[in-house]
Amino acid sequence: MTENTKIIENATCTFCGCVCDDMILTVDLDEKKIIKSKNACVLGRAWFAEHTIEEDAPAAMIDGKEVTVEEAIEEAAQTLTKAKFPITYGLSDTTCEAQRQAVAITDRVKGNIDTTTSVCHGPSGLAFQGVGESTSTLGEVKNRADLVIYWGGNPAESHPRHFGRYAVTPKGMFTPRGKKDRTVVLIDVRKTKSSPVADILIRPKPGKDFEVLWALRALVKGKKLSDDIEERTGVPLEVLQDLSDRMKNCRFGVLFFGMGLTMTRGRHFNSGALLALATDLNEFTHFVAKPVRGHGNVTGADNVVSWQTGYPFGVNFSRGYPRFNPGEFTTVDTLANGHADAAMIIASDPASNFPKKAIQHLKSIPIVVLDTKCTETSKDAHVAFRTSTYGINTTGTVYRMDDVPITLRPAFESPFPDDETILKGINKRVNELMLAKHYASGASGEVKVASPI
Amino acid sequence: MSEKMILIPGRSAKQGTSLNIGKLKDEYKEVTSTLEMNTDEMAKRGLVDGDKVRLSNDIGETVVSCIGKKPEDLPNGMVFIPYGPPSSELMASDTAGCGMPLSKHMEVEIDKIST
Repeated sequence: MTENTKIIENATCTFCGCVCDDMILTVDLDEKKIIKSKNACVLGRAWFAEHTIEEDAPAAMIDGKEVTVEEAIEEAAQTLTKAKFPITYGLSDTTCEAQRQAVAITDRVKGNIDTTTSVCHGPSGLAFQGVGESTSTLGEVKNRADLVIYWGGNPAESHPRHFGRYAVTPKGMFTPRGKKDRTVVLIDVRKTKSSPVADILIRPKPGKDFEVLWALRALVKGKKLSDDIEERTGVPLEVLQDLSDRMKNCRFGVLFFGMGLTMTRGRHFNSGALLALATDLNEFTHFVAKPVRGHGNVTGADNVVSWQTGYPFGVNFSRGYPRFNPGEFTTVDTLANGHADAAMIIASDPASNFPKKAIQHLKSIPIVVLDTKCTETSKDAHVAFRTSTYGINTTGTVYRMDDVPITLRPAFESPFPDDETILKGINKRVNELMLAKHYASGASGEVKVASPI
Repeated sequence: MSEKMILIPGRSAKQGTSLNIGKLKDEYKEVTSTLEMNTDEMAKRGLVDGDKVRLSNDIGETVVSCIGKKPEDLPNGMVFIPYGPPSSELMASDTAGCGMPLSKHMEVEIDKIST
């Protein structure tokens, strides 16, 4: 540690969707690294400590050879404009400003844009459209909620400050004694590090979440359930009845739900059943439902793509206007079905967590990657940009998991450009190339609409 | 043929901290290659902590090491792994029209790898 340090107050951690904005960072300006991150959780501390500057890493590469950033921007633009079905994917770990550029590029090349939402709360996105969302900010939860239910998640390991900052222990306006004023229920198929926080722990059989949710809806409406519900779901009738009574009689209830619902059997039906249960409960009390979002700005990605296209993810521009069709225009599908012939991956690593068949196709097409570190995806990239880290090196806007926008306070400068700068460059060049293509085709009036796929 | 179990890939704090160090680094590879199984199921298969097992299904197979958990924490018939490249090897690409592959409820066979 050198003596050339500075303190950044009220900095924001963008590792997970909690987007905690009360960080106090101590920065070693000579070493260009964060040496202390007060208030951060175990994940936040690793996020700040490990995002250092790798001075030797090239800012841009084409096929593994170092090039200038300008050369890489040109090659990225050429790759995307030459493709018949270029896809853009990722976006959950970058700023809203960069996300806007990504949508614009995809629109210009008549490509397909999708975010990591499609493989996290994408099913919940479908359920929101079908069922609606009774929602609130995390501030309202902190101040008002006296019944907090976590379903299909393990916040102690995935969002460690969710309990302490937002939902379980903080003292609020109408919850002055913190946890003593709340009942906490955890519903999960296994016992996790989150279990000790729960007053009531419910463990359904794997893959039976929908049945449990539907049973609760019936009980809330005063219907009788058959005695074999425990055999079907693993949850005794009296436990379900007790939870139903607590939900109807609380003052302000919240259902936080995670990947345990969206990634398992039932997917969007599970999310829809939970949202419908929250809606039903508003006949008796105030009840809200919130997805617990993973990446730092995945909520921003949903917002930005929705503002720009009308849909939150899985959007295709091949006809010159946006179309939304999960299952066709979502990235696992565009890859596994072999449709995509070029990909721009922004701040994401699908080559390490997508299904094998999708990864195999991804590795067979030219990839443009923007990432702060070398990943399974970037090591096979045709064009690779090393970018600075949002919230640590660059400012911008991110959305907390409850759709509250937060402005980032960077800690120190990076020699690498940020995502927005790179994407602006690609956007400008793509625009020039598409216009040249348009006029070269002999057109003079409106831009020709691409053939339907 | 061995008895099928339900594999649940998910997040863990160690996975979260190691991915910040780098997904191509040894720590991340080790975390995402460690399977949790309850000690009763391990004993039934003659496994001890650190033994290698092959997970396989119709999609593919992968080799991971296993570590014991208390039966009251992880029920019989269920195994857990921090998600990453090994769990991807077993994931089907069909999204049933919603964009999401079935990522948390995979039926797998588990076989001890003799040393």
